[in-house]
Amino acid sequence: MSQMLDIQRLTKRFGPLTAVDDVSFSVEKGEVLGFLGPNGAGKTTAMRMITGFLPPSAGTAVVCGFDVTTSPIEVKQRIGYVPEGAPLYEDMTPEGLLGFVAEIRGLSGKDRDDAVARAADRINLGEVFQQPIGTLSKGFKRRVAVAQAILHDPDVLVLDEPTDGLDPNQKHEVRQLIREMSENKAIVISTHLLEEVGAVCSRAIIISRGKIVADGTPEELEARSTFYNAVSIRVANHKAEEMHAQLTQISSVASVNVVDSSAPIAHLMVLPQDGKPILTEISAFVRQSDFPVEEIRAEQGHLDEVFRSMTISS
Amino acid sequence: MNKSFTIAKRELAGYFTTPLAYVFIVIFLALMGAVTFYFGGFFNRGQADLAAFFSFHPWLYLFLIPSIGMRLWAEERKTGTIELLMTLPISTTQAVMGKFLASWAFAAIALSLTFPIWITVNYLGNPDNGVIVAGYVGSLLMAGAFLSIACFVSALTRNQVIAFVVAAAVCFMFMMSGLEMVQAAFKGWAPPFLTDLVASMSFLTHFDGIMKGVIDIRDVIYLLSTMVVFLFANVVTIDIKKGG
Repeated sequence: MSQMLDIQRLTKRFGPLTAVDDVSFSVEKGEVLGFLGPNGAGKTTAMRMITGFLPPSAGTAVVCGFDVTTSPIEVKQRIGYVPEGAPLYEDMTPEGLLGFVAEIRGLSGKDRDDAVARAADRINLGEVFQQPIGTLSKGFKRRVAVAQAILHDPDVLVLDEPTDGLDPNQKHEVRQLIREMSENKAIVISTHLLEEVGAVCSRAIIISRGKIVADGTPEELEARSTFYNAVSIRVANHKAEEMHAQLTQISSVASVNVVDSSAPIAHLMVLPQDGKPILTEISAFVRQSDFPVEEIRAEQGHLDEVFRSMTISS
Repeated sequence: MNKSFTIAKRELAGYFTTPLAYVFIVIFLALMGAVTFYFGGFFNRGQADLAAFFSFHPWLYLFLIPSIGMRLWAEERKTGTIELLMTLPISTTQAVMGKFLASWAFAAIALSLTFPIWITVNYLGNPDNGVIVAGYVGSLLMAGAFLSIACFVSALTRNQVIAFVVAAAVCFMFMMSGLEMVQAAFKGWAPPFLTDLVASMSFLTHFDGIMKGVIDIRDVIYLLSTMVVFLFANVVTIDIKKGG
């Protein structure tokens, strides 16, 4: 079965507040789905329902063919979950905690020890394996939380803000790990960090006030940016105005924005018609004219701008 | 059931990884000794039995048992680990049973460490050891009943202090319900059957018989059913308000 996680019209109401509103999507094996949204958009609530912690008000999540509302134990057996903030029993050692989780998951004796050793090895817990979790750094705590989630080699991995509060090196490590594991699993990560989407996700969903407002690959989402395929030009300030006027004449150019004209080198942003690539045309124009251009660069589109426009307007 | 034992094992080990277990056991034993010898007049009675010892158990349990039970769920809520625990493949009943069994086993360990007094009374005279065994069984059952209340109250809050105070108050009401003080509060308005019902719920009444060596099946059933009721309430509470 390639479709490992199927969310069907999932809804959660807390009194008058609808935290998650009719959300549907599915995740296939090998996919890393980024679940994006501002704080309070309903990401955590949705994940808690998928993992069987909270009962949905309506709709359901189907994990490897098991419905979370009717077969929660079967679903929980197939999911590895790192809750928000990676809560752990702080008085236990990683060794004790992983052993406990392995036993609860039905492993005993040598199988249990092997699973614990494998997970600890994979996450590099060696040096802190027998220290109380309460004394560990944030990065190591996060690693322990990830280790307990992958202990039983689950088909579906749900990570709620896995890199929140980590330093850049630790973030890199966690992302590396997610990429390595993504091959034979369906992974859902929630985040409000946009760099994460480009770094690990094969697909992203933007959620705002409980509703899905965008769904696509990171590239597709970037294409919705007004800066997608725009060309950024830095030119000596005294020629900027003249160049601005000439650029506007080019037929494939929609408009030209002056980003910064106070410095000796002005910054112009050339926006294309209908998001079509215009770099060739603009660079040909620059070569023919003799404007003192310092830099010319194609823009990728800004995910954060798409994110902002989607989550504020809705 | 296996999973309950796994949880119980973890919880029980949890008592001993913090100073809580040692502090509790030392204070429990010291208080047990103090009340038995000073208030109970163990020597002055001139009798080879442990009535002076057992008769103070309900009073010590009143505040010592809530202190064992208060952390069980409140701490999980406070640290967020309840989300970790309840997304593992276990049922709520298994989790509740595991935690309750761990705390009950801990109470049993503390209680069993009072064995020197049994040795003492056997050294000094010829007590009826059957009565003493009955006393220990009754004491353990009562500890279980108190604990089930403490577990349930702990599931209602994320604050351990509140869990402790409320559990102690509820235990106190259960204990005293046979006495005039509580009865007076009901007599004015409640129908007689309700007053009698409240009176019949008293832990003291049920423990009294057992302590004297009479293990009446009704007393045992009463204490066991108290545990069942509160543990069931515990399961329902966790199911209803897991997130908050």
